[in-house]
Amino acid sequence: MTTETHSTTEHGMSNAGYVRIAAILAAITALEVSTYYVDFGHFFLPALLIMMAIKFVIVVSYFMHLKFDNKLFSWVFYAGLILAITVYGIFLATFHFFS
Amino acid sequence: MTSDSHADGGAHSSTGLSNNKLGMWLFLGSECLLFGGLISTYMLYRGRVGAGPRPSQVFDIPFTSVSSFVLLMSSLTMVLAVSAAHKGDDRNTYLWITVTALLGATFVGGQVYEFTAFYNEGMGFTTSLFSSSFFVLTGFHGVHVTVGIIMLMSIVGIMKRSKVPGSKAETVEMIGLYWHFVDIIWIIIFTLIYLIPA
Repeated sequence: MTTETHSTTEHGMSNAGYVRIAAILAAITALEVSTYYVDFGHFFLPALLIMMAIKFVIVVSYFMHLKFDNKLFSWVFYAGLILAITVYGIFLATFHFFS
Repeated sequence: MTSDSHADGGAHSSTGLSNNKLGMWLFLGSECLLFGGLISTYMLYRGRVGAGPRPSQVFDIPFTSVSSFVLLMSSLTMVLAVSAAHKGDDRNTYLWITVTALLGATFVGGQVYEFTAFYNEGMGFTTSLFSSSFFVLTGFHGVHVTVGIIMLMSIVGIMKRSKVPGSKAETVEMIGLYWHFVDIIWIIIFTLIYLIPA
């Protein structure tokens, strides 16, 4: 019990918590795949991008423990991610990808 | 606290954080730039199919969905391995690491099958800008998964010989961070490349 409590508080969640997170991720993936078969109209692209972002944040926050770890790790990782999005967003815009 | 931190991670920086962990997060941050470049290049060229097949003609969404699910579940088994390592439960650590490696190998096997199927349908590496950028992007990802599998199997062997330098739990956690990163990159690839039509 002591070990479990130590593990839960310092290294994220309990094993049951991780299984619940995985079930949520599997459900979102199923929803994503359903967009291939069901016509979502104008919601298709935003819905897919939002689901992708949710899955990304869930894995990074819970499985990679960023939510529970020192904030410096979050800054280091998200700085790289934001730099990548900015640089390649400009790169794509230069080649008129969004027009 | 100080002794706890040292027991957990070996060498620490002036911030009191583990150097290994900080280094790994810096590496993963830089990997965002590598995959960002490959994904952007694919997005730019995905419509340039030339005489070759279009993405919608070759992609097998049900098959790739199953592969994605397998990789997603490997993230669960990896986090269970990390959890077991932090509890000092070697038996479950070995078990979950091995399951993670097997799921990863299943994913890579699926990718090899997919590449072979694409080639047989007339989509080679140099067929078009679309095919080149697709193979480079997904191939790079596949190599990352393969490196992850090698690291997983190596750490099991090293742990069994009790030759892990520093904390075992932190070493497993570092490999876990790399593995989860490979998973989040696939989350992006699956949506942007497979599910959103060109």
